[in-house]
Amino acid sequence: MKPAPVKHRFFTPGVIILAVLALNGLIFLAVRFISGLGAVTNLDNNTPWGLWIGVDVAAGVALAAGGFTSAALGHVIHREHYHAIVRPALLTALLGYTFVAFAVCVDIGRFYYIWHPLIMWNGNSALFEVGICVMIYMTVLYIEFLPIVTEKFMGKVNLPGFLETFNEPADKLLRMLNSGLSKTMFIFIIAGVVLSTLHQSSLGTLMVIAGQKMHPLWQTPVLPLLFLLSAIAVGFPMIIFESLIASRSFKMKPEMKILSRLGSMVAPILGVYLAVKIGDMFISDDFKYILKFDVPAWMFMAETGLIIIAFVLFLSKETTRSPGRLFLASSLVIAGVLLNRINNFIVAYKPLYDPVAYFPSFGEISVTVGCIALLVLIYRAVVIYFPVISHK
Amino acid sequence: MKNLNRRDFLKTAALGAAAATLGTKSAKASEKLLSEDRLGVLVDTSVCVGCRHCEWACRLAHNMPSPALDYYSNPTVLKEFRRPDKTALTVVNEFENDKNPNLPIHVKIQCMHCDHPACVSACIVGALTKNEDGSVVWDDGKCIGCRYCMVACQFQIPTYDYDVSIDPHIRKCDFCTERRKEGQLPACVNICPNEALVFGKRSEILRIAKNRTKRKPDIYINHIYGESEIGGTSWVYIAGKDFNELKMPPLGKNPAPGISEAIQHGIFAYFVPPVTLYALLGTIMWVTKRRNESADKDKHDHHSDSHDHHSDSGRDPYRTSGHNTYRDSGHNTYRDSGLSTDKDTKGDNL
Ligand code: SF4
Ligand code: SF4
Ligand code: SF4
Repeated sequence: MKPAPVKHRFFTPGVIILAVLALNGLIFLAVRFISGLGAVTNLDNNTPWGLWIGVDVAAGVALAAGGFTSAALGHVIHREHYHAIVRPALLTALLGYTFVAFAVCVDIGRFYYIWHPLIMWNGNSALFEVGICVMIYMTVLYIEFLPIVTEKFMGKVNLPGFLETFNEPADKLLRMLNSGLSKTMFIFIIAGVVLSTLHQSSLGTLMVIAGQKMHPLWQTPVLPLLFLLSAIAVGFPMIIFESLIASRSFKMKPEMKILSRLGSMVAPILGVYLAVKIGDMFISDDFKYILKFDVPAWMFMAETGLIIIAFVLFLSKETTRSPGRLFLASSLVIAGVLLNRINNFIVAYKPLYDPVAYFPSFGEISVTVGCIALLVLIYRAVVIYFPVISHK
Repeated sequence: MKNLNRRDFLKTAALGAAAATLGTKSAKASEKLLSEDRLGVLVDTSVCVGCRHCEWACRLAHNMPSPALDYYSNPTVLKEFRRPDKTALTVVNEFENDKNPNLPIHVKIQCMHCDHPACVSACIVGALTKNEDGSVVWDDGKCIGCRYCMVACQFQIPTYDYDVSIDPHIRKCDFCTERRKEGQLPACVNICPNEALVFGKRSEILRIAKNRTKRKPDIYINHIYGESEIGGTSWVYIAGKDFNELKMPPLGKNPAPGISEAIQHGIFAYFVPPVTLYALLGTIMWVTKRRNESADKDKHDHHSDSHDHHSDSGRDPYRTSGHNTYRDSGHNTYRDSGLSTDKDTKGDNL
């Protein structure tokens, strides 16, 4: 069993639906770049950050955490039987972070100054740290993906016409690149894990500075730890989720042996996360805010409830053995973490003066949905072309 | 003499280097910036009559479009609560006066020019700066438009141009830095016909504020808003009514960026935690790799190369599958040199 391109046709009815969604998003994107943020979004001076930061950036980074958790498991702790999942997880992280970077470009007002943080530093800013780490990590992810590209073309370089004479040098170059990469890859793999722990937690620091504009149910100095733990917790469920969907879509047998092993590791991580989250509530005496039963209270209960149910499900061996239950439990974790990021960045943010509460516009939702659709399509194209997924 | 100077110089240089490496650099820097002579403005809400001439003068001073001065006497504008936006860096709002209903309270709002500004701490590229004179200003050449300063500001002051795609600005009161360079007063202070705005050293205007509130307790409540709010602000207010009812946010004494910067510096702390984590992971990687290699060698000795993938029942699952997948996919990463990889791949095509 080794990674190989998936033999499946690209177009299916589902793919066409995704393409339509992507196109719809692109139309609104065009409007945003022509007429400014106000033309497409419901953002204003009271609510400067909305759906694009909450979902596309914050949730995007969290859900791409499978890349570093699997790299840690497969390469750092050297559980080689997990290698089958390292590549798909790497691809998800790579595409996920590319999507995040793109979303940042869309959301920041002066997108043409996106490179400024590279030379203009502010070490006090949590956003600066997130920005720099994400930029470096994305580069690392592309480097980690390179061997998959060299593997695809090595020995098969076949340039057309007069370029034929370059076939041999090109192949030599690829081989040199590949061997160089193999020898140094460990540097990048460890760097990737370190960079991930840094920016995953700093994403939590982001909202700390909002002070009392953050609802007390979410505002806590342990936010960075909670963000890191939830990112680690959602890593494996995300891999399971994708793997099961991919095998379904490409009509392959699910990798249950690996997936149930991964599944059995989720419960302990979720347990730690819940312990810190609920323990912090006792310390800061936040239960009174839940008893208000207003929108933030319900949203808080929803995100915590999802994680608790998933935790209970993952505790049982039954769950990890059956693809259906594993899929359900993983989906619950993903939904819980997604909701947590939405809550932190959108629901919890209460501006001081705000006549109309923020709700994302149709345009904002279209862009987010469109980008996700595009992401799925690119993933599909890549696994059909490159050796990513292991199958028999 | 010369020698001594040189030695002194060396000593200072060494001390400086030590301070730079050991001390908390940023804390030092911001403390240094907080000059004793920094400036401020006292807003006396009981003197302000709501003529809104300051709004007019502010627009004029910043080349912003403005209706004629006559328009500003239109009293209906004061009926709705307004906030600064791209058309106005400062606005005046009207509130009821319980003590004397005929004399409503007017509150001018603008950037507070905090002593420990959250916006400056937050800005991703350092486009916002706290100057030695107390002002907090925005740098057009750096800003990337991320709007994190707006998220951070506890007074919800910075505004953004949502209606343009190219060259949107973050806008807020700049304490009339340009005018003051030319020796002029801030435009709003300059025009105020009632001297509701007192410009001067922050220490001086605080003294005046204390004097007024102490001398006339029937007019003023005993609270100078901005004296200690989030670590102090350059603009301070006195009023005859609780500041909450004047829609000034209730804030504690701690600087807004405090916790966030402490966490931030804790995580980084001169790169010690990240580098330690890197070293730790590297060690784990090396140890587990060697352990696996020796386990692998063991297996070769005992069952001379068995390729049975599915016979792990009853055997240690880690070692069995570990061995096989290690050979099958492990080599694509950092394990083997490129050439042998290729051959292996072809030969192993299961
Ligand atoms: S100091 Fe200058 S910029 Fe600030 S409110 Fe007054 S006139 Fe406007
Ligand atoms: S009031 Fe807001 S914008 Fe002004 S200095 Fe303070 S934090 Fe910055
Ligand atoms: S919008 Fe501009 S000034 Fe505000 S934090 Fe971002 S880069 Fe800094």
